[in-house]
Amino acid sequence: MSVQAASPATHHKDHTGARIGMWLFLFTEILLFGGLFLLYSVYRSTFPEDFHYAATHLDTLVGTANTLILLTSSLTVVLAIAALRRNNRKLCTIMLSVTILAGLLFMVNKYFEWHHKFDIGLYPNSKELLRRAPGENLFYGLYFAMTGIHALHVIIGLGVLSVMLWIVAHKPKKTITVGPLQSDRLSLVEDQRGAVWTHEGEGEIAEAVVTLVYKSNEEINDDTWSKLENSGLYWHLVDVIWIFLFPLLYLIT
Amino acid sequence: MSNTADPVSYLDYQGRHKGILGWILSTDHKRIGILYMISMLSFFGVGVILGLLMRIELLMPGMTIVTPRVYNSLFTLHGMIMIFLFIIPGLPAVFGNFFLPLQIGAEDVAFPRLNLASWWIYMLGAAVALTSLFVGGGAPDTGWTFYVPYSVRSGTNVTLAVTGAFILGFSSILTGINFITTIHRLRAPGMSFTRMPLFVWTLYSTAWIQILATPVLAITLLLVIAERTLGLGLFDPAKGGDPILYQHLFWIYSHPAVYIMILPGMGVVSEIIPTFARKDIFGYKAIAISSLLIAFVGYLVWGHHMFTSGISDTARWIFSLLTFLVAIPSGIKIFNWVATLYKGSIDLRPPFLFTLTFIFLFSIGGLTGLVTGALATDVHVHDTYFVVGHFHYVMFGGTGMAFLAALLYWWPKMFGIMYNEKWIWRSWAFIFVGFNMLYFPMLIQGWMGHPRRYYDYVPRFHATHIVATVGSWVLVTGLLIFAITLFRSFKSRVPAPSNPWGGRTLEWTTTSPPPLLNFTQIPTVTRGPYEPAPTPTGGETS
Ligand code: HEM
Ligand SMILES: [Cu+2]
Repeated sequence: MSVQAASPATHHKDHTGARIGMWLFLFTEILLFGGLFLLYSVYRSTFPEDFHYAATHLDTLVGTANTLILLTSSLTVVLAIAALRRNNRKLCTIMLSVTILAGLLFMVNKYFEWHHKFDIGLYPNSKELLRRAPGENLFYGLYFAMTGIHALHVIIGLGVLSVMLWIVAHKPKKTITVGPLQSDRLSLVEDQRGAVWTHEGEGEIAEAVVTLVYKSNEEINDDTWSKLENSGLYWHLVDVIWIFLFPLLYLIT
Repeated sequence: MSNTADPVSYLDYQGRHKGILGWILSTDHKRIGILYMISMLSFFGVGVILGLLMRIELLMPGMTIVTPRVYNSLFTLHGMIMIFLFIIPGLPAVFGNFFLPLQIGAEDVAFPRLNLASWWIYMLGAAVALTSLFVGGGAPDTGWTFYVPYSVRSGTNVTLAVTGAFILGFSSILTGINFITTIHRLRAPGMSFTRMPLFVWTLYSTAWIQILATPVLAITLLLVIAERTLGLGLFDPAKGGDPILYQHLFWIYSHPAVYIMILPGMGVVSEIIPTFARKDIFGYKAIAISSLLIAFVGYLVWGHHMFTSGISDTARWIFSLLTFLVAIPSGIKIFNWVATLYKGSIDLRPPFLFTLTFIFLFSIGGLTGLVTGALATDVHVHDTYFVVGHFHYVMFGGTGMAFLAALLYWWPKMFGIMYNEKWIWRSWAFIFVGFNMLYFPMLIQGWMGHPRRYYDYVPRFHATHIVATVGSWVLVTGLLIFAITLFRSFKSRVPAPSNPWGGRTLEWTTTSPPPLLNFTQIPTVTRGPYEPAPTPTGGETS
């Protein structure tokens, strides 16, 4: 006779592992922008005057406002995580909503900023840009590429945070005990992955348990918390990249 | 006692879904490995057919079966399929997925669902790339390198093909993240880093390259798309941009990518050699560290693809020097393999045969690599058939052979059946002869100045082209025999014992094929990966 082992779906999660994974992913995002920063530095050193001149046309006020908005949102997302850790779902919901609103506000500003650029004829491949010095065209090419891809990240971040908001706001209360166990000689052993194995008498570990139901009796389980933490990390990344974009594009004039 | 019953194998395990859904929705790393294997070998088949078509075109000077335009598309798609769909994901996605958890004594990878998503993303990328064949402007004709300015101007479906490559990059990154996390978090008790099998070490180094290099490709490809659709002008000299920067960005990824291709192949070889030499590996730590060194130095040598692109002399000789540095860790590996073989009791079975073939062909690839890596000679052979010959020796003769060796080595474990070894030997004879007939003439042609990527040539190259084309037929015959032999093992179903070769790593301690969670009990590791077990361990060793 053969025994069908428990399916991996019953595993609970390795939170440290999830965090490692998230950090690795953030590295890749930084390198993605790294390619753009590389282009920026090369072209800036080739056309210093053109870059200088072109940058004076960016609206520093809007840029500063957006920087402040994103910084604040990074703070509120941290507060949301802290609130959840103390099981304060209400505060967490509020903080997340503020974060999302801030992100939206950022996008609205961005929209008006781009809109204005388009109005005065500054958009990729526009006649106006092609008329100007090559360095200026490159500056605006990079400006649209960098802020565009960054905005895309803001949108993805907003999506992720909205899902988290929904999870935190709706997470149902669960109180269920562990069981059933087939024999009183069995005890449960957890391996490093969190898979549960039965432990029969001395020494040997037998096959994995077939029907093991284990659920959290906390209001919010660790899993949600770890997901929220990783979403927060992503949001910080969005913020950090902006912190680099802002001076490079708006301030060095 | 509990160990009497064999657990259900992962092949028979009945999960939530039945039939095909039980495969394409499975999060089991072993099933995902097989999914990759099936899809990848299909794409490989397409790539080979495109290669054959090119060879037929080259049989006679002048136009033979295709127009110049079509020939350009043929080598572009052949290159794209072989590089992005086969050789880059190849060993990690198939054998890494299947054997990484088994070799470190884990039940699965760290993120099983992400793993499944990676396969879906891979398939999506492949679908997008292949769609570019059939719609609108026609198949892309830029070569797999998508060099600007032509890739921006070409009227063919470059945008679609580039999008496909971008999506494939995503899949590669996610697999890399998954593997690194798995190696850090899920090693069995006692499996320290210095007790990990060398295949795992190479997967680890490879995963780091995948993570650190692929995003650079991603942004480069995005910019090509933006150039084509928006006309930013970042690579267009008419608008101030610099096309050479594209080449820099492209090779900052694509050179490390050649180590994504070859390192796991070296890992496979490091597994097979101690098994068939019946010895502990010589210089375990040196081999392990050399993988990391190759990965690291590999970042700094991309400029050797640009010796004739117009970069400064200083840059050229520095890149050339650094390129030669990579030979050191590669040499470390070769010497340790040879030292392992020394005084071993060698058992020449099919996996080992293909491993020796790897060493032979890869050495030719490596030596011709010295010619292309040296500044003075590369200026002469750049963009000639010499390069085509060189990289087929490295990629096909190296990684490709390692792939075949891995298939033969792990086939009994993956499916629990043995194949007909005699027919594998026969297929090998065809593959070996055909391979050298096909690619060695290219080295000679290139040396004589035959440029690559042309559908036509001057008559004095005719003889060598005939040899190469006939060689391609011999080679493909060998590949077919190989495939049919493996396929027939499903019919004859000779059961494989759990350890047919006398391997010492953990995957051989579980049943063939392994159960869903890999081991009936999580192993505890007390020795190095290739040291003999002090006493026979439990279970049915044969
Ligand atoms: C039977 C198998 C194969 C045949 C007959 C074949 C043949 C060829 C031929 C004739 C070319 C074009 C030469 C030119 O006009 O420049 C070519 C290019 C190429 N092949 Fe293969 N090849 C085979 C297998 C492979 C494999 C296994 C790989 C990779 C692992 C590969 C990777 C490439 C690449 C990257 C190019 C360059 C494409 C480009 O120029 O953009 N090939 N091959
Ligand atoms: Cu290279």
